[in-house]
Amino acid sequence: MSLAARFLPALILTAILLPIGAGLWQTALAAAGHLPAIGAQGPDLAAWAALWDRPGLGRAVWLSLFTGIGATLLSFLLALASAMAITRKGRGGRLLAPLLAMPHAALAIGLAFVMAPSGWIARAVAPVLGWDRPPDIASIGDPFGLSLIAGLTVKEFPFLLLMMLTACAQIPLRRHLRAGRALGASEARLWLAIILPQIWPLMRLPVLVVLAYSMSVVDVALILGPSNPPTLAVLLARDYADPDLTRLMSGSAGSLLQLALVGAAAGAGLLIRRPVARLGGAWVHAGAPAPGAGIALRALRGAACVAMTLGFGAMVALVIWSLAWRWAFPDLVPQELSLRIWARSVQGWAAPLANTLIMAGASTALALLAAIAWLESETRSNRRLPWAEAAIFVPLLLPQIGFLFGVNTAALRAGLSPGMWLVIWGHAIFVFPYTMIALADPWRAVDPRHFRAGAALGAGPWRRLFALRLPILLRPILTAAAIGIAVSVAQYLPTLFLGAGRTPSLTTEAVTLAASSDRRVTAVVATIQAALPLMGFAAAFVIPAILHRNRRDLRGA
Amino acid sequence: MHRRSLLALALAALATPAMADWTDTLQAARGQTVYWNAWGGDQRTNDFIRWVGQQTEERFGVEVVHVKLTDTAEAVTRVLSEKSAGRTEGGSVDLIWINGPNFLSMKEQDLLHGPFAGDLPNARFLDLSEGAPAALDFTTPVDGMESAWRLARFVFIRDADRVPEPPVDMAGFVDWAAANPGRMTHPDPANFMGATFLKQALLELAPDPRALKAPVTDAAYAAQTAPLWDWYDALRPNLWRGGEAFPENESVQQQLLADGEIDIAMSFDPAAAAAQVEQGLLPETARVFVPDAGSIGNVSFVAIPFNAANREGAEVVADFLLAPETQARMQNIEVLGSFSVLDPERLDAEAQARFEALPTAPALPTLAELGPTLPEPHASWMTRLTEDWADRHTR
Repeated sequence: MSLAARFLPALILTAILLPIGAGLWQTALAAAGHLPAIGAQGPDLAAWAALWDRPGLGRAVWLSLFTGIGATLLSFLLALASAMAITRKGRGGRLLAPLLAMPHAALAIGLAFVMAPSGWIARAVAPVLGWDRPPDIASIGDPFGLSLIAGLTVKEFPFLLLMMLTACAQIPLRRHLRAGRALGASEARLWLAIILPQIWPLMRLPVLVVLAYSMSVVDVALILGPSNPPTLAVLLARDYADPDLTRLMSGSAGSLLQLALVGAAAGAGLLIRRPVARLGGAWVHAGAPAPGAGIALRALRGAACVAMTLGFGAMVALVIWSLAWRWAFPDLVPQELSLRIWARSVQGWAAPLANTLIMAGASTALALLAAIAWLESETRSNRRLPWAEAAIFVPLLLPQIGFLFGVNTAALRAGLSPGMWLVIWGHAIFVFPYTMIALADPWRAVDPRHFRAGAALGAGPWRRLFALRLPILLRPILTAAAIGIAVSVAQYLPTLFLGAGRTPSLTTEAVTLAASSDRRVTAVVATIQAALPLMGFAAAFVIPAILHRNRRDLRGA
Repeated sequence: MHRRSLLALALAALATPAMADWTDTLQAARGQTVYWNAWGGDQRTNDFIRWVGQQTEERFGVEVVHVKLTDTAEAVTRVLSEKSAGRTEGGSVDLIWINGPNFLSMKEQDLLHGPFAGDLPNARFLDLSEGAPAALDFTTPVDGMESAWRLARFVFIRDADRVPEPPVDMAGFVDWAAANPGRMTHPDPANFMGATFLKQALLELAPDPRALKAPVTDAAYAAQTAPLWDWYDALRPNLWRGGEAFPENESVQQQLLADGEIDIAMSFDPAAAAAQVEQGLLPETARVFVPDAGSIGNVSFVAIPFNAANREGAEVVADFLLAPETQARMQNIEVLGSFSVLDPERLDAEAQARFEALPTAPALPTLAELGPTLPEPHASWMTRLTEDWADRHTR
């Protein structure tokens, strides 16, 4: 067993890092002008020259930096303001679950319905302003990517908030706040000077994940972002789908550029800690004056409420559009409701639904198994592997557009057919880190006396695992599964690139349909796509409540 | 019983080598699943492809899976990455809905199987003589490497309430947009519909339209496109969002029309307006129009990649698409409303009757209203035009 315990983490890491490494290698080869299939033998700099000559490249790079950093910063501030309110009132956290579960693409499609010049907001003010037709305003797809920042923030700030609440639970938050209040410090000063420095080490990874994601996202940027030029990631996705096949090489060069951009932004974010710490120290010595912080906080809390409202409005808009027959501007509700679109489109979404269920089920099962195996081997060998634990998160920190085309080529070279199995593998790579986040702390927190008692009663390691630990951890395991399903359902590029288009999922279908003429069908698919993870979370809540109805301490909060 | 004469007939048929080959093809195709990579942005086309699959499965035991693309080039890339990985058989793409630059690209890179199109039994209903529409793709000779399946005509869609008198030629759009600023746009020229809008204008404005039939040269490009860019510079400031942003494709543009954000949209399907009225997407007043001098038309083809895993099945599907019965169903406004690619003179009386019995709709134009069909410029013009537009108008 100790041998297996030693090799299991290595095996899991190989399954994660091997395809990524191979993908990066193939991408680098193509970027260096080596793509024998189109007769390019390289190495040369043609791909970089072609990339450099792309109209709009500079602006696309600027847009990626601006929208990615902007969305991350805004999400962090909204999360901070909300965390202060929630920890004080002790409620409000439950509202997060639906937004956390909602796939990015579905949320973006719903938000587009709400924010468009012909959307709900415009329809609400149309009678007041006397609009009989939608105004010619770029309220989505604006050239600065502001609507993209808004869309990303609605989705990402609940994630950072959840991580922040988890981090707050690990420090003596109440005692510090009580002490501070007794000294007469304002709430804003307390959080900036005392709480934030303590939780930042725990927030670093989630913030970097959000940063890498926001800078390189394709599906949300396609729906809400600017188009001429788009962000760098969308520009590259277009390159990979261009009839001019040499664009594959300039696209690969662009992928490396995207990697470098994310790396530079993340590096800057980490390096800035030093000057901030020094200045912060001086600021605290000066008595931590925070003029205007109270007003800023109130504004941020208001913005967080707006973001939540937009998110929930997007969900409702999706459902209503899926039931509309004709819904012309400026009507606030459709002239006619009907189930015809649901019935008519069933053949369109039945297969993607089945695929999505298979991918989510299989990849989550794989990831959960790997997480349990990892943690159990840690328990048995009684040592943690800090470097290996960090390596788990590599897939979340690299932009997907940077290596997925290369993974496809590498898989073909290795004789693996693109298709369902490859997609499931790809999903599992992205699901696994989240299941580890959800499971690791509860796992390590279980009172070891249970197992000592079990061992004293003659239970071997396997029996202790199956009869004691797993039942005790039923709730966190189910929560991890629900998160895994939500992550898998939301995957866009891995499904597209690794499935060679043969495994359409609800997400790829919804993104494709978002660029079609029938918004009602798009709404049907996006509604189903959003419903799946919600049902997962509901199950994770209900199942332990039923199974553990007579076990008070296992029912949990 | 005429079993004997039937047998004789069958033997006679088998006696021609092509028919014998076709029997082999049918046999090999039975049980195959054809992955048809086709643009998936149009619900009615998707429904039609599903119907084709049901028919081929019933008749020939060939299943069809529609791999829905947002852009045909996705499939081209897929075949290419398979070739680059040395996968010369068992490829994942069996059939592609293709034309224009994508076809040229695949043909030049030797990514196609064939020639096969001339050997399909139903190809006898096509006019494949040199220079005929079904034998040319954007002026590139097809050479049997792809098989025709539907006819596309470039049309504009308007809401007759808001646009009672549409422009009669491309030059007229400048005045119309000036009088109605922000009320029209065109898809991004990176998309084929946006490029077609520019090509339609180029055909009207080029000093010598004949030059567009030959591959583009620097001199010809400069001379022929100069009036086009003058026209476009006059038009652009009055486009939707000041001509700074463009819908991704014609479907998004039609959604803008349905939302009332713009008053004019475009399509490659003369039946688009009628179809969308019937589906509740556009108001009853939606109509199509074309410039008086006619509009661009082209033929959509299907091609088979060199490494297709189910080549025989793909040929059977390509052949079924050409059956008069299939083509008549496709031309039915209630189904798809795409015009047939068959040569009416080669059809027998029964097949002709099928076409004559098709229903009509108020938003459906007559052939006379559609005016003459203008040929596509050589594919190289489109590539050049698209790149030039991006250079000029990307921030």
